[in-house]
Amino acid sequence: MANPSEHIVKSYDEELKQLNTLINRMGGVVETQLDGAIQAVLRRDPEMAERIVKGDGQVDEMEQEVGALVIRLLALRQPMAVDLRHIVSSLKIAADLERFGDHAKSIAKRAIAISQVPRIPAPGLDRMARMVQAMIKDVLDAYIEGDTNKAIRVWRRDAEVDQLYNSLFRELLTYMMEDPRNITGCTHLLFIAKNVERMGDHATNIAETVHYQVKGTQLPDDRPKGDDPSFAIADHNG
Amino acid sequence: MTRHLELKTAVMNKKSEDQTEAPLRNVPRTKISATHVDVFYGEKQALMDVNLDINEREVTALIGPSGCGKSTFLRCLNRMNDVIDICRVKGDILLDDRNIYDRAIDVVQLRALVGMVFQKPNPFPKSIYENVAYGPRIHGLASTGEELDEIVMSSLGRAGLLNEVKDRLNEPGTGLSGGQQQRLCIARAIAVSPEVILMDEPCSALDPIATARIEELIDELRANFTIVIVTHSMQQAARVSQRTAFFHLGNLVEVGDTEQIFTNPSDKRTQDYITGRFG
Amino acid sequence: MTDVPDSGQFARSPAAERVSASLKRRYAAEKRFRLYGLVSILAAISFLLFLLGSIVSNGYSAFWQSQIRLEVEFSKADFDPKGTDDPKVIGGANFNAPIRDALRKLFPAVEGRANLRRLYGLISPSAPFTLRNMVLADTSLIGTRQSVWLPASSDVDVFVKGQIDVSVPEDARRIKDQDIAWIQALQERSDVELQFNTALFSNGDSRDAEVAGIWGAVVGSFYALLICLVLSFPLGVMAAVYLEEFAPKNRWTDLVEVNINNLAAVPSIVFGLLGLAVFLNFFDLPRSAPLVGGMVLALMTLPTIIIAARAALKAVPPSIREAALGVGASKVQTITHHVLPLAMPGMLTGTIIGMAQALGETAPLLMIGMVAFIVDIPGGPLDPATVLPVQVYLWADSPERAFVERTSAAIMVLLAFLISMNLLAIILRKRFERRW
Repeated sequence: MANPSEHIVKSYDEELKQLNTLINRMGGVVETQLDGAIQAVLRRDPEMAERIVKGDGQVDEMEQEVGALVIRLLALRQPMAVDLRHIVSSLKIAADLERFGDHAKSIAKRAIAISQVPRIPAPGLDRMARMVQAMIKDVLDAYIEGDTNKAIRVWRRDAEVDQLYNSLFRELLTYMMEDPRNITGCTHLLFIAKNVERMGDHATNIAETVHYQVKGTQLPDDRPKGDDPSFAIADHNG
Repeated sequence: MTRHLELKTAVMNKKSEDQTEAPLRNVPRTKISATHVDVFYGEKQALMDVNLDINEREVTALIGPSGCGKSTFLRCLNRMNDVIDICRVKGDILLDDRNIYDRAIDVVQLRALVGMVFQKPNPFPKSIYENVAYGPRIHGLASTGEELDEIVMSSLGRAGLLNEVKDRLNEPGTGLSGGQQQRLCIARAIAVSPEVILMDEPCSALDPIATARIEELIDELRANFTIVIVTHSMQQAARVSQRTAFFHLGNLVEVGDTEQIFTNPSDKRTQDYITGRFG
Repeated sequence: MTDVPDSGQFARSPAAERVSASLKRRYAAEKRFRLYGLVSILAAISFLLFLLGSIVSNGYSAFWQSQIRLEVEFSKADFDPKGTDDPKVIGGANFNAPIRDALRKLFPAVEGRANLRRLYGLISPSAPFTLRNMVLADTSLIGTRQSVWLPASSDVDVFVKGQIDVSVPEDARRIKDQDIAWIQALQERSDVELQFNTALFSNGDSRDAEVAGIWGAVVGSFYALLICLVLSFPLGVMAAVYLEEFAPKNRWTDLVEVNINNLAAVPSIVFGLLGLAVFLNFFDLPRSAPLVGGMVLALMTLPTIIIAARAALKAVPPSIREAALGVGASKVQTITHHVLPLAMPGMLTGTIIGMAQALGETAPLLMIGMVAFIVDIPGGPLDPATVLPVQVYLWADSPERAFVERTSAAIMVLLAFLISMNLLAIILRKRFERRW
């Protein structure tokens, strides 16, 4: 972690390492989950989707493991300052990763549905997913290295994800307006895109947590956001 | 939060109490102000250039590893270091803007204003009543027996001891349990109506329940007294104080709000100490 | 556990093996050490028992005194012819005559001045004084005839107690065969008895052993010790308080401390010389007075008290002082309200031990003249007096056989006082012993 010097009581350091390892593993698993879910959508592969859905159980288990370790550390070690922030942050990060995994699971479920309807081209989705994959990988690197600059860069990249989501939203709207038979497929895709966008938000949450853990202060509230589709009104006229 | 801190510091740096300004909510007044304090034991320097302000009606904790000078600093505040021949104190320590090391100051009067509770409970080998009544008696705080009784009863009550001892006031103070003895010493200290109470590791000889009682007592007392507590236990400092000062090798390394010191200290030495990275 | 370990040996780690190997040697050394201690104690006790045994065996007989019963006529004509009832007149009468008359009546056959003188010699020369005191105390005796017990002379007393070897030829002893015959005649009539010797405790010194007593010496000792206590205790305590609490710790105070310790070891006769030179010669105080004796003893006891008082003050834990100072007591208040009361038992113990030592001092008091033969009981500290150990010395010096037992008796009384004073010190110490 950021602080190079070791605790006088070595077992304390070992338990903190254990925490880090858990988070890392969790991060690796959810990265794989996202990858697999998107592949299941793009390749219209219901079997892969099933595997992803089942794989979410592992993520939930790991989150509980992290929770138990955090409780144990709080009770037995009375952590202070950077150690306290580290431990509490790990709890928050695990929660975010678990939600990340849940979103991957939702995507996989929708992949099963999508494979049964005619294909709809959605190149933006792949780009968005890859961007979010990069974000989660980078933010976990930032967590390991204690690199707040990397975390801040991840934090900023979410704006691009949001923009991609906006354009994908508009695109899908036009498809739906063109041909009502696309509505089922496009609606699923919309939800999938929303899940990916939410996964990006979780990655930025993790970035904020990493910053707090290292610096002890919060990032300013106004993260650049770009999702105005909330206010987008579809133009039904042609 | 940062804005609040800035305001606080600005007011505390003002020497005069300017009442014409609109009183800011919850801004504490400086009760004791130590500037450029050096303390020598013979040739060895125990404290180096300590600058610390203690706020009124607050609990300030002094933490640090053994031999860092926190007890030495505490004992300067009521001039108990005068008892040690080879100890020399330089610098200014102001109590309500009066230098306590000034020649004109009567040290007996100072110690009536600044009371002390010690690490090992040390009640006088007299009755419980006499223990508490001794201080008021020698300072002439009571002119009749009833007044003295009242002072003793109210001090014991405020120390949370009255109910346990009210029917055995004539028994020797040394017959109480450790925790009760320490509360008796606290009652003895508050009986002379001090403004500041100094506590030198008051709970280090007590079990956790007795410790918790004393901490509760400190919490109640801070409504009326300024308290400075030296403690080895960081958890206790965290529980009990509003401001914490970290001493290391005779230097005051960092002082700040307790919450800030224990969640996000500014100095690496402070962080290393409180997280157990060095003793 | 059903497992019974074999003869106290534990598991076989190499360290444990070495420990058990060395055990035998260690226990043997311990046994030897305890044996040495036991032998030393037994040796000391046997010496003590021997000493006490010899004193007691010599002295216990002094507590009984031979008394002879005589029919004395208290005729008015002899004592108060004019019937004035005036003590001066009665006191001035001849008390020897009635005694001699009574003796002649007992042994009418005795004739001749030499024989009569021997007969009269059976009764103590101080018997008339006993009679005088009797009559003065109860003037109604005049005009009656009473059977009175009068002290026998010391030669008779010594013979009755069997301390004389009568096989020695007559010229080699004081008591002659004729005296023995008379005594035996009296014994047959039960007119000679050993009664408890109250005179030993109520009379002053006397040339006549039969009426010699220690009371004068006891009163002299009492006054001397009183003066000693009054002078040395306050001075010693205050000196100790100053040295311990107020004096700066520098070379001068170290010097003072060394000198006080040395003074405690100075031979006591040197203090006597000092007393002689300063108190008697320079200040011209009365010689042989308990006042001067007390002052000399005070000089001697002062270092003991100062050392004991300092130790008692040092034993008061600094936490008490800090507590008092912390509450706002001044230094003097801390000392008088807290430190002194706590140190007082130790100081008292040291003082009592010092007093016990002073009680037994002889040499310095000899130098200031308390060695004179004083008969009267001293009325105050300025009257000439002697002290118990000096009395012992004087009696030991006397050649008469009767004084041998009295010397031992006086030693027993002195030892009794010393033991009780030391016992008091021990009781006080135990009672006030405090655990912090």
